[in-house]
Amino acid sequence: MTRKLTRRHVLAASAAATAGSFVTPVRGAPPEAQKITPALIEAARKEGKLAWYTSVDLPVAEKIAKAFEAAYPGIAVKVERSGAERIFQRIGQEYQSKIYNCDVVNSSDAAHLIVWKRASMLAPFVPEDVAQYFPAAHKDPDGMYASWRITLSPIAYNTKLVKPEDAPKGFIDLLDPKWMGKIVKAHPGYSGTIMTATQQLSRDLGWEYFEKLAKQKVMQVQSAADPPKKLALGERAVMADGTEYVVTMLQARGEPIAEVYAVEGTPLVTGPSAIMARAANPSAARLFTAWSMSAPAQQMNVDVGALRSAHPQVKDRADRRKLGDIKTLREDAAAVADQADAIKTRYTQLFKV
Amino acid sequence: MTRSLDLSRPILLAVAALLAVMIVLPVGWLVVYSLSDKEGAATLGNFATLFTDPTFVDPLITTLIIAVSVSLLCCLIAAPLGWLVSRTDMPLRRSVRTLVMASLVTPPFVGAIAWEMLAAPNSGLLNQLWRSISGMPADEALLDIYSLQGLIFVIACYTFPYVFILVANALDRMPGELEDASSMLGAKTWDTARRITVPLALPTLLAGALVSFLQAMNLFGSPAILAIPAGFHTLTTRIWSLFQFPPKPELAAAASLPLLVLTILLLRAQARALGRRGYAVLGGKYGEPRLIRLGLLKWPAVALAMIVLAMPLFLPYAALFNSAFSRVASRIVSFETATLHNFRFTFLELSSTMPALKNTFLLASSSATLGALLALLIAYIVARKAVTGHKVLGFLATAPLAIPGIVLGVGLFLAYTRPPLTLYGTLWILLIAFVTIELPVAYQQLSSAFHAVHPELEEAGRMLGASRLRTLADITAPLLRSAVIATWCFVFVAVIRELSAAVILFTSDTKVLSVLIFDLKESGDVGAIAVLSLTMVAITTLVVAAANRLSGTRLQARPVS
Repeated sequence: MTRKLTRRHVLAASAAATAGSFVTPVRGAPPEAQKITPALIEAARKEGKLAWYTSVDLPVAEKIAKAFEAAYPGIAVKVERSGAERIFQRIGQEYQSKIYNCDVVNSSDAAHLIVWKRASMLAPFVPEDVAQYFPAAHKDPDGMYASWRITLSPIAYNTKLVKPEDAPKGFIDLLDPKWMGKIVKAHPGYSGTIMTATQQLSRDLGWEYFEKLAKQKVMQVQSAADPPKKLALGERAVMADGTEYVVTMLQARGEPIAEVYAVEGTPLVTGPSAIMARAANPSAARLFTAWSMSAPAQQMNVDVGALRSAHPQVKDRADRRKLGDIKTLREDAAAVADQADAIKTRYTQLFKV
Repeated sequence: MTRSLDLSRPILLAVAALLAVMIVLPVGWLVVYSLSDKEGAATLGNFATLFTDPTFVDPLITTLIIAVSVSLLCCLIAAPLGWLVSRTDMPLRRSVRTLVMASLVTPPFVGAIAWEMLAAPNSGLLNQLWRSISGMPADEALLDIYSLQGLIFVIACYTFPYVFILVANALDRMPGELEDASSMLGAKTWDTARRITVPLALPTLLAGALVSFLQAMNLFGSPAILAIPAGFHTLTTRIWSLFQFPPKPELAAAASLPLLVLTILLLRAQARALGRRGYAVLGGKYGEPRLIRLGLLKWPAVALAMIVLAMPLFLPYAALFNSAFSRVASRIVSFETATLHNFRFTFLELSSTMPALKNTFLLASSSATLGALLALLIAYIVARKAVTGHKVLGFLATAPLAIPGIVLGVGLFLAYTRPPLTLYGTLWILLIAFVTIELPVAYQQLSSAFHAVHPELEEAGRMLGASRLRTLADITAPLLRSAVIATWCFVFVAVIRELSAAVILFTSDTKVLSVLIFDLKESGDVGAIAVLSLTMVAITTLVVAAANRLSGTRLQARPVS
């Protein structure tokens, strides 16, 4: 790669994008939708492996990888899990050194896909399910990526340490002195979920919210998957942000943890997936992507990983509120792409790390 | 005179070139980058930022506070303990000595993770225990590991053994006559200790203080685990944070240089302090130092030693075992609640475990082999003054001592992410890093071993017509076997636990165990961390035990003096 990859490249695109978060200039007709054919399976088997870079919580990612390996024996999935912002940095670094390890990428920061698309780092591929069922807001018009998962970044609390009536109702409640030293939160420099949520909250509540939150002696962890785990340990009473699906999974396991969908609205985070243009295992990458967007695989994301799905045939879990019934904040990936560096700098100034 | 071709000159050149690739190139790029702006133009701006921007000044000050405190704390613990073990009749003193050494097997970042399990303010096992004993309310904490004090304590736990070893060894060697003279002149036991033993041990203690200062200053893992949740950086974690997007290698290079310069200065100071040690052992042979009878005080002494050992050893391992077998690390596991879930997840589901183990093994054994061979070669050339210019080799082989792991990581990253040698993304760059980091210790061990082998034996071989290399292979190497095995084993263990350079240099295909544990730490997968940490320590212990056995039996079978 000769061009240096920066978020600035997307400025032009983001200025043009106004409607949905995924709208980027259409370059031509999207590629034809592809089914899982015997030829594709055969080609994928020949490659025998693929590397999947994802920011989804590790146990969930490994379960999905194992399910794929069970569905298509002979194709090994190597899961490379880290925070979305780390993965973004890693792929950029690897590409600059001409290392093409990554076949399929999934990020919880939708802005990354815009940046990669602009840098011509993605290969077009539209699985049949995406073409047929996915709503327009959840797929790239050029067929470069589609929402593999949706999640939220709610507030949550440990039910042994906090009574339901005392729990915060929204983000502004967290600024109450009684939560001093009792809050855990994840980092936008590591997690795409938190980057996305920070952009939405700073837009809707203003940076004053974070300025005041930073004075609450917050325990700073990295991954959005970690704050719910810290609540389950009983290490902190409340989480200011973190990923919804880990909260749901811990709840289902009987841990004392409950979510709060904030009165101000809960940040909405879509996590698109794409195939890299220089993928070393392109057929395995296509098979994996096509499979992962299918209704059964998406249903598994919900049942096993407690994620939410853009696939209309997927049934949401009975043990939590429907996505449509939750007040969410508006997601704006183009704005995240534009502001991410500024957000990280400002955040570091406020929270010192 | 006919003799086979002598390869010593080409070898000297090759070794010198190799050392240049390993040391001079990375440090050179470090300096170049620190003086460049983003476009590559010359500037002093990076240093201006470094010394004015609070996001750099604060970590710099924090790092100095930590280093000074750790250094003091280590001396405070290690000096009395070293004295008890070496100069008194304290019961269990041999076991205490072995156990302190054994605590060095624990990688400091594993210790930090274990102490999180013990002393996190709310979920920490010790805090829970204290609450149940004292009735302290749920939102108060006895201990808070996520604090400057907590970090200092944990670093000291895994640093004081270095000081302890220095002090105990120095006291072992100290001549008994001086103390005898003192008591013959009528001084009481305690007066002798105060007036003779302590002053004689002071230079060693000073050297120990400097070693622990350096260790604390250059450590990456423990601050990354404990300081960041608490909301502060040290210099090493700040340097590492500059590799997040958008990466700022120029600033990272500039921030690395103070660590480099300080380390060099302190090492010089340490050499001076240890150099003065000589006055204590002037001339002649001395008698065994005599042991001070503690009398009834021996029981408090043993208790003290056990409490000290609980900090790096008993408590952390109890916590690690507890988490390995429990679903939620903050609960004490019992026979009914014990689960193998974490083991299943780590070894059967986690797809990075096996590649990481493989990479770690491959790197540790090849670094150990290469490092020991290289050190052997250099030690030989220097000890036998085999070729002109041997001093340069000796200097280069010791120089990496002055390069902190994270600084070397940054330097190698800058040097080898570009043509002509794009090594980033391969195991080679990690191999270079590990060999470079461990070379000084390997070299020092083997060069002292060479002093024990008399050159006459080699000269005999040479006179009988063997080339220098052949003599080395047939005569010297077998005589040095146990030293070589010990060195190999030392490098192997050190590589397995290395984190600070690896965390800068790894890619997804070249992940090692320490980096995997660090990754898991960031997403809070405590159970898997405990399992992997215990695995790591088990491997290390096995290798040490095997090497001890191997070199021990060989040592006895050795047919020389």
